[in-house]
Amino acid sequence: MPIIKDQQISDNTWSFVADDAPLTDGNITVTLNRWQTEKQALLQRSGSIGIRLSPADSVEAVSADLASFKLIELYFSVFSDGRSFSQARLLRARYGYQGEIRAVGHYMTDQVFYLKRVGVDAFELNNPKAIEHAQAALNDFSVRYQASSL
Amino acid sequence: MYQYNEQDQTLIEERVTQFRGQTQRFLNGELGPDEFRALRLMNGLYIQTHAPMLRVAIPYGLLASRQLRTLAKVARNYDKGYCHFTTRQNVQYNWPALEQVPDILAELAAVQMHAIQTSGNCLRNTTSDHLAGVCVDEIEDPRPYCEIIRQWTTLHPEFAYLPRKFKIAVSGSEHDRAAVQLHDIGVYLVRNENGEVGFRVLAGGGLGRTPIIGQTIKPFLEKKYLLSYLEAILRVYNLLGRRDNKYKARIKILLKETGLEKFTALVEEEWSRTRDDILVSDEQILAMKAQFTPPAYDASADADASFAQHLTADSEFAKWFKYNSADHRVPGYRVVFVSLKAPDSPPGDITAERLDALADLADKYSFAEVRSTHRQNLVLADVKQADLFPLWQKLAALKLATPNIGTVTDMICCPGLDFCSLANAGSIGVAKEINEALDDMDYIHDIGDIKINMSGCMNGCAHQSVGHIGILGVDKKGEEWYQITLGGSSENEAAIGDRMGPAVAKNQITPAIINILSVYVQIRLEDETFLQSVKRVGLEPFREKVYANH
Repeated sequence: MPIIKDQQISDNTWSFVADDAPLTDGNITVTLNRWQTEKQALLQRSGSIGIRLSPADSVEAVSADLASFKLIELYFSVFSDGRSFSQARLLRARYGYQGEIRAVGHYMTDQVFYLKRVGVDAFELNNPKAIEHAQAALNDFSVRYQASSL
Repeated sequence: MYQYNEQDQTLIEERVTQFRGQTQRFLNGELGPDEFRALRLMNGLYIQTHAPMLRVAIPYGLLASRQLRTLAKVARNYDKGYCHFTTRQNVQYNWPALEQVPDILAELAAVQMHAIQTSGNCLRNTTSDHLAGVCVDEIEDPRPYCEIIRQWTTLHPEFAYLPRKFKIAVSGSEHDRAAVQLHDIGVYLVRNENGEVGFRVLAGGGLGRTPIIGQTIKPFLEKKYLLSYLEAILRVYNLLGRRDNKYKARIKILLKETGLEKFTALVEEEWSRTRDDILVSDEQILAMKAQFTPPAYDASADADASFAQHLTADSEFAKWFKYNSADHRVPGYRVVFVSLKAPDSPPGDITAERLDALADLADKYSFAEVRSTHRQNLVLADVKQADLFPLWQKLAALKLATPNIGTVTDMICCPGLDFCSLANAGSIGVAKEINEALDDMDYIHDIGDIKINMSGCMNGCAHQSVGHIGILGVDKKGEEWYQITLGGSSENEAAIGDRMGPAVAKNQITPAIINILSVYVQIRLEDETFLQSVKRVGLEPFREKVYANH
């Protein structure tokens, strides 16, 4: 399924490996729990590694490992859980993470403008039909107030 | 008052376009009801018992006369010809059609108004003192800081999906008229021992099901840190506030469960890492203050002698003057309260015709500005004493001069069961009944300063828990009953009222209030206010009388 990356539609070269599934080849993301328990095995694989953070995960817990991640997925279990917005902001502004931050899970295309502003630069959408709206919604506003945001 | 620049205007127009698209997608079935609900709430739109309700923001209660005319036009063209002022200085329409809301928002945007973040789990409208800039007890005008906060909170990308709603109030005077201690964040302008003006910051206040008075977490904050400190509080709350139970999701519960000391340490730790990221510069503050410069007052306003003659000659005018006007910092000027508490009208309601007429009066007598108060009245803040008599005559003809500000019939009241889908009991009808029972203005004036706040459910929109007398509508097996509390206050001596006893049936609530007032008249010492009497004697004498026949 295509994703939006840097405002453009592009191919998704990553897959998420659930905690109870065997590790696969290629570019994969895993949960914080799996990263913490299988760190060595994950680093010895040939493909790139990324992490999927849930809203309750502490960004600080991975702050020392950020150089290992090509991708950080912020997973929304429900669109109304706004912790992911602060996670993105902390990753960029406090910990200086420069890799890809991707919104995944159950969020609304109407939220992508705010997500972009806190540092999310890629979007995987559950509904492929919504991709066009999401791309347009990235530019819902041409002005902003908070000078400090990204 | 603050005038939008091009950026401000572009932002609210783009917001209208965005919401028009969202409404269209909802009507086409492309946007689900849960998703649309969150989006419409952040544009002020509720779905109520009978129809949608649209809440329009009045930042810190300040309105230009042309904005008042637009509010009237919206009431006339899109609603049933009236609107309702709320306890957070905003205005509500009870009968708009969902499909027309984007058009209403476009009409509002044309006069620099919006409904952004007037509902939903986000940063709400910043409220303030309705006497800001004109009162005699001010340390500094809070409005420039309110506007700085308004801009910072508007479409804040990180804090748009908070655990629960989040309300900020700012006061700059000795006397707190903005219920600052009952807000998620309360800000007082204060002077420190070196004579510098800064902020005292409180957190964790709030009404609703669990009313709690806010606690000071920063006794003195330098002005330049205003936004970085707010950001630190919000980030701690956004990450740690409870999301598992909406009744425990407000910051007051986080603060209570974490403890003041630990919560403050968390905020300070966060702030220590970001305090210099967004500084409010002296230049920014000066530029903002320039938006709130005093109007061109007449230096000889106090030379007028006609005012004193009218005061002696006309006792009705004198009564109105005593109750519905307040001291002004400029000699020869008064602050005039426009009572939206006429006995036969729901508290806070006003018709389109009266809004238009009031806009004309504001143009003529008060530099084309009007303010809304958190007690659901309006204010003309800058009236020359020579104009008071003609203004009174005109307000009286409009039924906007009931001399009851600060008295027992100046009730705060929510829309209740008549409109609201959350309500358990009616409130407007009870207010009317109490008004009918208290038809003797001399008696009302004799009992003096009593604040009755009445909510139709425990969400407490009418702040019943901090009313001197609080009335809370509850549902008992499908019937409307009312709990009474005494001794609450939202001012400097903020307090949550104590419950008198069992709830009373609907046909007993007005007699109960009348009995409470009669007990006060019997027991009061000389010059003792109702609140002082309750504090001195406790609840027992009131209980005895109210529950005498039970």
